Amino acid sequence: MTAALTGLGYQRWALDAILLLPLLGAVLVLLSPPAAAKRLALYVTLAEFVVSLGLWWTFQPTAAMQFQVVRQWIPEWGIGYRLGVDGISLFLLLLTTLTMPLAVLGSWSYITRHERPYYALLLVLTTGMLGVFVALDLFVFYVFWEIMLIPMYFIIGVWGGPSRLYAAIKFFVYTFLGSLLMLVAILTIYFAVARATGESSFAYDHLWRNIGYVRPWAFWLFAAFALAFAIKVPMFPFHTWLPDAHVEAPTAGSVILAGILLKMGTYGFLRFAVPLFPEIAMDPVVTGVVVGLSLIGIIYGALVSLVQPDFKKLVAYSSVSHLGFVMLGIWALTLQSVQGAIVIMINHGISTGALFFLAGMMYERRHTRDIAEFGGLAKVMPAFAAVLTVVSLSSIGLPGTNGFVGEFLVLIGAFRTHPWAAGVAATGVIFAAWYLLWAIQRLLFQKVDKPENAKLPDLSPRELAVLAPLLACIVWIGIYPAPILRRIEPSARALVTQVREAAGAPPVADVAMQPGAR
Amino acid sequence: MLLGPALAVSAILFSLGVAGVLLRRNAIIIFMCVELMLNAANLAFVALAQQLGPDGQVIVFFVMAVAAAEAAVGLAIVLAIYRHKQTLDIQNLNLLRG
Amino acid sequence: MNQIPSAVAWTWLIVALPLAGFVVNGAFSFFAPNAKRAISAVGVGVLVAAFAVAVVVVRAVGAAPPEEPWILTYWSWMPAGSLQLDFALQVDQLSAVMLMVVTGVSAMIHIYSVGYMGEDPGYARYFAYLNLFVFFMLVLVLGANFPVMFVGWEGVGLCSYLLIGFWYEDKVNADAGKKAFIMNRIGDFGFLVAMFLIFQTTGSLDFREVFAAAPAIFEVGGATITLITLALFLGCTGKSAQIPLYTWLPDAMAGPTPVSALIHAATMVTAGVYLVARANVLFAMAPISSAVVAGVGALTALYAATIALKQWDIKKIIAYSTVSQLGYMFLGVGVGAYASGIFHLATHAFFKALMFLAAGSVIQTLHHAYHATGRHEDAQDLRNMGGLQRYLPWTAALMWVGGLANIGVPPLAGFFSKDDILARTFARGHEAPLFYLFWALGAVGALLTAFYMTRLMAYAFHGPNRTGEREREHLHEAPWVMTGPLVVLALGAVAAGAINLPAVLPGHEWLARWLEPVTFMGGLYLVEGQLGAATEWTLLALAAGIAAIGMIGAWQLLKPAVLKPAREAPAETGIQRVLLRKYYVDEIYDTLLVRPLAWLSDRVLWKTIDAFIIDGVAVNGVARVARLVGWVGSRLQTGQVGTYVVIFVLGTIVLLRALLRS
Repeated sequence: MTAALTGLGYQRWALDAILLLPLLGAVLVLLSPPAAAKRLALYVTLAEFVVSLGLWWTFQPTAAMQFQVVRQWIPEWGIGYRLGVDGISLFLLLLTTLTMPLAVLGSWSYITRHERPYYALLLVLTTGMLGVFVALDLFVFYVFWEIMLIPMYFIIGVWGGPSRLYAAIKFFVYTFLGSLLMLVAILTIYFAVARATGESSFAYDHLWRNIGYVRPWAFWLFAAFALAFAIKVPMFPFHTWLPDAHVEAPTAGSVILAGILLKMGTYGFLRFAVPLFPEIAMDPVVTGVVVGLSLIGIIYGALVSLVQPDFKKLVAYSSVSHLGFVMLGIWALTLQSVQGAIVIMINHGISTGALFFLAGMMYERRHTRDIAEFGGLAKVMPAFAAVLTVVSLSSIGLPGTNGFVGEFLVLIGAFRTHPWAAGVAATGVIFAAWYLLWAIQRLLFQKVDKPENAKLPDLSPRELAVLAPLLACIVWIGIYPAPILRRIEPSARALVTQVREAAGAPPVADVAMQPGAR
Repeated sequence: MLLGPALAVSAILFSLGVAGVLLRRNAIIIFMCVELMLNAANLAFVALAQQLGPDGQVIVFFVMAVAAAEAAVGLAIVLAIYRHKQTLDIQNLNLLRG
Repeated sequence: MNQIPSAVAWTWLIVALPLAGFVVNGAFSFFAPNAKRAISAVGVGVLVAAFAVAVVVVRAVGAAPPEEPWILTYWSWMPAGSLQLDFALQVDQLSAVMLMVVTGVSAMIHIYSVGYMGEDPGYARYFAYLNLFVFFMLVLVLGANFPVMFVGWEGVGLCSYLLIGFWYEDKVNADAGKKAFIMNRIGDFGFLVAMFLIFQTTGSLDFREVFAAAPAIFEVGGATITLITLALFLGCTGKSAQIPLYTWLPDAMAGPTPVSALIHAATMVTAGVYLVARANVLFAMAPISSAVVAGVGALTALYAATIALKQWDIKKIIAYSTVSQLGYMFLGVGVGAYASGIFHLATHAFFKALMFLAAGSVIQTLHHAYHATGRHEDAQDLRNMGGLQRYLPWTAALMWVGGLANIGVPPLAGFFSKDDILARTFARGHEAPLFYLFWALGAVGALLTAFYMTRLMAYAFHGPNRTGEREREHLHEAPWVMTGPLVVLALGAVAAGAINLPAVLPGHEWLARWLEPVTFMGGLYLVEGQLGAATEWTLLALAAGIAAIGMIGAWQLLKPAVLKPAREAPAETGIQRVLLRKYYVDEIYDTLLVRPLAWLSDRVLWKTIDAFIIDGVAVNGVARVARLVGWVGSRLQTGQVGTYVVIFVLGTIVLLRALLRS
């Protein structure tokens, strides 16, 4: 497979193709007859997925940036179209391309008005999200970061639920506030580095090498990046846009928001905030704040999920909890915890994506998301019940599903540097079981006490097609995550080593056995 | 021609114009008051041109050209407003109120 | 390490067969839920086949006993730097014993289920879950490292959840399943923390490496090892229903009775005992933890027995009896008698599965009887039974065997295993008098055991029948497919004691010697006390005496003749009521933990902090401030040209002044 792809020169055109294909698709969808829009969007996203799948085979498990594309864009200002993929972004990329066809399929009967612009926006969004993950030029990164914001704003605002405008504006303004600060920080770094080195360039490499020149303002620059990313993650207490946006967005919107957009925040921390400002990130006070907020997020998100009457809101708050684990993993900064954090990012996309799909399927049948309106669905919709149970268990982190792999790695890694934090975070597994099992009990079990529920149709083949790939991933990552972990490892190792060295933090021995320890 | 009295007349004319703009409510009268101010400025230019050379007189032509243009556009607007609102009382023209 | 015999390489098949059964039966449950013959054939067939393979493997272990466990590595599971977790199974003497117990008892219970669940519409789903359970249980006992064991550990919890809530249409059942899972999760939190600590200190999670490295790394009685073992034990209290996490097990009786027999008596709940025995080195190096294990075990043994005294639900009595017997096992492994704990685990698996299945036969026939006459009475209430030996002679006889074994009547299996534990606890009394106390708790527990078991048997099978006039003719013996497994289990309950007869009898502690390669490491740190032959005989006699007193006492005190059916029975008062309501522990947990947490989440965290403070005051507050500033600014925009001009003129004057002054 690898040889065949290399023969095609895959490494050279892969990223260009992945970024351009959805844009072309968007144009085609806009020009197509309305009835063909969704079909066309599906084909485009499927083609996109197939093209991106080549990365899996051609990716070399090293820490280096691969599939690099470097082109001049605005040479006067040193802005270049610089792209690349490493172990950190590879799976986020694949997750995105996997999610998009499912999102299109999941919108099949949900979206009934303005189909062409909807699918066109989905495709533009795809390019935006993928661009964020592959950009190696801070200007280009910022452009993609904003590009993905706009389609999402419209998707929520036009096709969303009853208070969609409030949610859309909140989402947009909140995120935008953070990204503007980030833009200021990017420009500050750019000018400072340009002045000091005489070379104007937004290239990530260049800025990263010369980041020492901004040391006097490093804290504020870090803060600007961190705020932008923390809003996106979202970390407590910047999370309140999330339940609104998730609940009001159409199914595919929620899936993409939870599955991919939230990862931009944690990805930003991994790619930019932490490596650019290692000594700030590893500062005891900053670490304390971030780890503390992550823990609050884990426990708080879980407890608030517990009492949500609305299933989508429950899942939304559970995201706060899951992303808390990711942040803890990043800040614990051990190989295992960082690998685990990346795995949770993938897992959360799969499991929470599936949960939102399921919530959407419930909504399409009953036009309510109120948990109390359901009950006894296991009898009426056995396949739905089985899938919901499996997905919930994955979200709970049952060993043998993907959820466990990520949480276990994060916690075991975090325990090496922050034992108390890891211990507190581990209680999250109890609450996770509580809120999800309680929810599925109220949805699936007990008697069918509402006549409206007695005749609900079980999953259709199309819905099964949406869920089946996610279920397969849940099981696959649960029992054989090694291929994924091996591809992530070199990049994660490089990150941990570099940041620890730069911050002067003691390296965490990555060797076995420390005889003499008690 | 004495400079002092000329400037004094110009100042009085200008103040009358300002007062008119501030106090009157009819759009056309306000418009005329603006013209008054322009002409007060013209008078000051001409008076000062005696001492400072011909530049001031050239400016006066510019001002007259602008005033003519203004009159054309302004009267057209006034006419449009009147057609629309059947009044020229600016108290009633508050579409831009915040 | 010695060569792995070729037969052992088949171990994967033991695990894979039930998994395959799950897959096939799972498919049946969707596509052909009524193909009962095929479902039974698959469900039971895979278990019988797995048992056969297990026999082959265990014979290989017996033929060439390994010094070290044989590790079978299948694939790399989680490689992450120094953490190299493989999906690996290990075969040694301990897992061999567990293999036999799990596959053997499971096979019997699967056969029984064919009869018991025959008319249930969820037949395929039931067998799918049951097969899945066996799969996870086998992963648990065969796992070669802590995380693989944890897969099984949580997997059996999942199946327990699914099977307790099998009849999910009743809220009670669904609640019970959820409670079991969450209580187990609390324990699993301990297991997780223990794994983190072990990895942190030893750099590995493989059983073989950790146990081999432990003596060099840990200090005997040190804080770390104590913490590790206490955290592991927290996991055990959850899974094996010990104080304080025991309350889920009696509720778990909401599931089908064979499930109670398999999961909540014979196999899953003993996982904690297995874990302590497996990690015997670690526990032996932490004397405080071992004492805690023993103490909690002894306390639970007595405590659960007192509750069992006053229950009316036949399954609840057996459930509390299980909790109590698990307490004995923990007492055993806590005092360093690892083989004795496993011994009691094995015998208990037989007699308790027997008790449950026999109770299942009783319940089913009562249920049918009430169903036939259309009366809504509790088919599990002892007060609705009585005199059943006339209608179910086989079941009555077999259940007596189980009951006597449970009481510990010589020479049945339970007698030897329970006495073994108590004797070894007594022997530790030399070094610390605390162990005499534990022994005394255990002995009183044994007395109560004899009492409540006799009470159960007397009320259920003897005296007049209280089922009802019309129902009586519907009572009948269970079919052979249900009684057959009972006979096999009864044979086990009678004879299983033979595998570890004490030294004073001509048994030479065969099981203890068999387990020697596994337990000797622990034995280096926790030296078992020695008893003279005279003391040992005295203790044996005492145990028999206690059993006799309890039984005779019960027979004398209780009068089945005057018992009224459940519907007419008066309410209990005083201490009886406290016992019946299980010391109100559920209510206490609910009031002190569950409700406050739910209240906190709802009122404080969500509605106050999240919705009001963060979103209301902070986020929307910023939006409101922005709007306010905009509003103030917009007030200047009157729309009156006059106002604008005034401002303009004033502005010009100010500007002019500023310009002219400079």
